[in-house]
Amino acid sequence: MSDLGFDTTLKKKKKVKKPTTEDSPGLDSKESTPQPPTDSSVDELFTGLKKKKKSSTKKSATTNEDSSIEKSKSPGLDEDLTASLGDLSLKKKKKKSTKNLDLNEFEQQLEEAGVEELGNINNNNNSQDDGFNVEQENLNNTLKYEDLLSRFFSILKKNNPELAGDRSGPKFRIPPPICQREGSKKTLFANVQEISSVLQRNPEHLIQYLFAELGTTGSIDGEKRLVLKGKFQPKQMESVLRRYIIEYVTCKTCKSMNTELKRESANRLHFLSCKACGSTKSVSSIKTGFQAQIGKRKKL
Amino acid sequence: MSTIQNLNAFDPFADTGDSEAQPTNYIHIRIQQRNGRKTLTTVQGVPAEYDLKKILKVLKKDFACNGNIVKDDDLGEVIQLQGDQRVKVSEFLTGQLQLPKKNIKIHGF
Repeated sequence: MSDLGFDTTLKKKKKVKKPTTEDSPGLDSKESTPQPPTDSSVDELFTGLKKKKKSSTKKSATTNEDSSIEKSKSPGLDEDLTASLGDLSLKKKKKKSTKNLDLNEFEQQLEEAGVEELGNINNNNNSQDDGFNVEQENLNNTLKYEDLLSRFFSILKKNNPELAGDRSGPKFRIPPPICQREGSKKTLFANVQEISSVLQRNPEHLIQYLFAELGTTGSIDGEKRLVLKGKFQPKQMESVLRRYIIEYVTCKTCKSMNTELKRESANRLHFLSCKACGSTKSVSSIKTGFQAQIGKRKKL
Repeated sequence: MSTIQNLNAFDPFADTGDSEAQPTNYIHIRIQQRNGRKTLTTVQGVPAEYDLKKILKVLKKDFACNGNIVKDDDLGEVIQLQGDQRVKVSEFLTGQLQLPKKNIKIHGF
């Protein structure tokens, strides 16, 4: 088998191998434009799937990465495909052959995933897939990448939704910190409240951490903005925030940001409990540490 | 009778002594803003077996900055250096003194 695969790859050296492994999102955008008339024929094939098209194509970028990772894990798979597609794709243009590769890889991976986790249920689909595969070879020129991708995702969602990139719970997007100068010596950190609410943390905890890390003091003004003593750029704040998130927000076990910080009154320790995986971990309390004397010294 | 654990002379729950030092031997390197764009670097928690005076002397010469040792009531002796020397200090501690990198914590922006 390996011999076969090796031969075909040699033949196909002209065709760029990279796009098949990594640049499939790029291909997506390229191919979506030049082939509008094929819609009707594809529609017949994928009547049921048409509705989901939009939503799934958006997610294509992320999951393509996933699939590329899978590909790297199983290089033998690629070789198989190239072997099976050898005569077909040699005749065609570069673009289309790569596209076919993609499709078949997706199919294969789909089958793989199905076989691994839901073998019995997937049997029906496999038979369907076989039918589609035959049709694909007939319609190789007319099938659109997007449609195939949407089809792939709908099947994937049906069988094992956790692989389809649908994360449970809301997606965490932390707004960038907004820093303004107040006067010459103070910095106004405008969206502390917003950030702390996104991180599901008490703003006081975040502020306490900021004070300890930056070695300053400050106060909260009337509009609940944080006034820090000293000059700080947004970029600097970002790095501090990142460290706060790593230490006090992300779950160490599953890397989820959907966590809660609880204070156990019995032992006065802070515990980070993950809402995604249910693990708890104790986190150290914020310590200010040594503060050097700045400015006027006390009279001894 | 020897099977009864409580009668043994060795108490497995006794303090071993070294467990206390393990989690708290972090070296904290902090930065503080002074007036203008001037900063101050503080190095807290350098192990006691090192001579702080000699370290300070080398650091001052290497980084071309002034510095001094401040005695704090509960944090021990702390090295203060002028300017932002955080990265250089951590390099010095890992390189010259062979301290493990995981024990060094750099704070600040």
